[in-house]
Amino acid sequence: MILEAQDLRCAYGQRAVLKGVNLKVGSGQIMAVLGGNGAGKSTLLKCLNRILPLAGGEVRLDGMDLARMPRHQIARRIAYLPQRQEPDQLTVFDSVLLGRRPHIAWSASRRDHRVVEECLESLGLVHLAWRRMDQLSGGEAQKVALARALAQEPALLLMDEPTSSLDLHNQLEWADLVWSLVRRRGLAAVVALHDLSLALRLADRLALLKNGKVHSDCPVNELDEAAIAQVYGVRVRLTTVEGWPAVVPLGLMEKSA
Amino acid sequence: MGPGPSTPPVLAGFNQQRRWVLVKGLLLLAATVLAAYLAVVLGAFDLTPGAVLGALLGREEGRAALVVWGIRLPRIAASLVMGWSLGLAGLGTMSLLKNPLASPFTLGISQGAAFGAALAIVAFGAGNLGAPALAGQSGGYWSLANAYLLTGCAMLGSLAVTAVIVLLARVRKMSPQAVILAGVALSSLSLSGTILVQYLASEVEVAAVVFWTFGDVARSTWREIGLLAAAALPITVYFLRHRWDLNAMNAGEDLALGLGVEVERVRLTGMLLCGLLVALGTAFHGVVAFLGLLAPHIARRLVGADHGLLIPFSCLLGGLLLLLADTAGRLLVGSGSLPVGVLTSFLGAPLFLYLLLKGGPR
Repeated sequence: MILEAQDLRCAYGQRAVLKGVNLKVGSGQIMAVLGGNGAGKSTLLKCLNRILPLAGGEVRLDGMDLARMPRHQIARRIAYLPQRQEPDQLTVFDSVLLGRRPHIAWSASRRDHRVVEECLESLGLVHLAWRRMDQLSGGEAQKVALARALAQEPALLLMDEPTSSLDLHNQLEWADLVWSLVRRRGLAAVVALHDLSLALRLADRLALLKNGKVHSDCPVNELDEAAIAQVYGVRVRLTTVEGWPAVVPLGLMEKSA
Repeated sequence: MGPGPSTPPVLAGFNQQRRWVLVKGLLLLAATVLAAYLAVVLGAFDLTPGAVLGALLGREEGRAALVVWGIRLPRIAASLVMGWSLGLAGLGTMSLLKNPLASPFTLGISQGAAFGAALAIVAFGAGNLGAPALAGQSGGYWSLANAYLLTGCAMLGSLAVTAVIVLLARVRKMSPQAVILAGVALSSLSLSGTILVQYLASEVEVAAVVFWTFGDVARSTWREIGLLAAAALPITVYFLRHRWDLNAMNAGEDLALGLGVEVERVRLTGMLLCGLLVALGTAFHGVVAFLGLLAPHIARRLVGADHGLLIPFSCLLGGLLLLLADTAGRLLVGSGSLPVGVLTSFLGAPLFLYLLLKGGPR
């Protein structure tokens, strides 16, 4: 599977948010989309899935233009995890079963139920299967969202700031889970993140957005401090601690710099 | 069919849940059958079970047959079909607008239909509703042209309100509470229109409109019941067909889009179908308040948030509640003249206040 975005443009009314973004991600690869608030990370993810209409450019999935594909067919290939989990009274089982919606014509089959069961098992959610979604903790809800996305049996996962409401323990658990799922199932993933250290730990490639454009697109080991400084306006030190990459902020850049 | 020893725990839980829901569904059906039985037997003219059975089987003639076939059965059928329709439209508006306070009555859709129908009665002479109503009879006074005119005008009124609500909720992105306030404003507007129509009408027409706006299931003939059922059935199938979409939309609009749901298309079509159903129901039975709010909320308590279960339960509960309210109304006053809309208001208004205080059940 290869997803390619070319000269992607998107606007909210008169305000242009994406101003010609180019991206490419393939199977077995995790791409972290980074950038400051309002850089267009969430908008980019929604454009990659045709949730938002494009003002220009195109997205191709294995060479096929997404604009020509029916929405349910896109949903069979691309799963999207929104940034915010809205309170919902469905049970965890029914919520994960929703992931089968693109595959279901009228009613869920035995296979659909099996897929849901496998997803719940692989994420350790069986004990929560009959609990209501609005009774879960943030970490549990995020896992259910991931299980729902896996139930879609997609080739690509789009995740919009999935760790923003998680504590440190849940962030690490989630990152390890996504990393192993992508490797094991041969998926591709595009993840919008705020935490640079987590992005370096999880991703293979980084795309840094600034003012609606890709400032740099590089493998993780090629990221340099200057690029971060230019995108975030913060002086940082890139380092490793016990083999794990880490970004240490040193201070704000001078406005004139 | 119990789960065998090899059934995995999750699916065993699923089977158990479904069995429990089936039991609840059967109990609800049994309650409806019992309520229908009581509604046939009890009333100003007491009937023995034997006489009812005889009339149903065509063995009994005379007054018993007249009461059963001419008065009580149409009334029961009208209650069930109207209640079904309002339960469905209530759930539909609630889910499509993602607003637990939304219903055809609280959004002013019923009142819009009422205004359209009042206009049809007074301005175009549709329906000669006063005379049979005042004579305490039901049926036999509708001409097909009148029914079309009345229904058409009710539909225009209801769809106009529906369109404004959809615009406010979606385009202006109003909060659920603000949409309800807009519903209050639209409701007042429709009410003012109805009052203006009454002001300009003759005494007989005023009596007809006032009687008609009460909300009553006693005035239906089999033709109206059939027409409403003919609309309610395919609309129920439409909502069942889109039950996954409604579940997804309730979990979040972006999520639903990501799951392949054509959100705007489903919302617009669904709301128009709800408006159509409410228009037909209101044209034939007047404004029945709050039932569209009561039935879905009780259904949600019984079976949870899955629309695959919520839709049938909401429809069945709507029918049962309206039948109980109508039967209670008949028995309370004896003469059969207490409109059912009055009773549903007494039941529904406290629930609405409770939901407001609670900030909605979601």
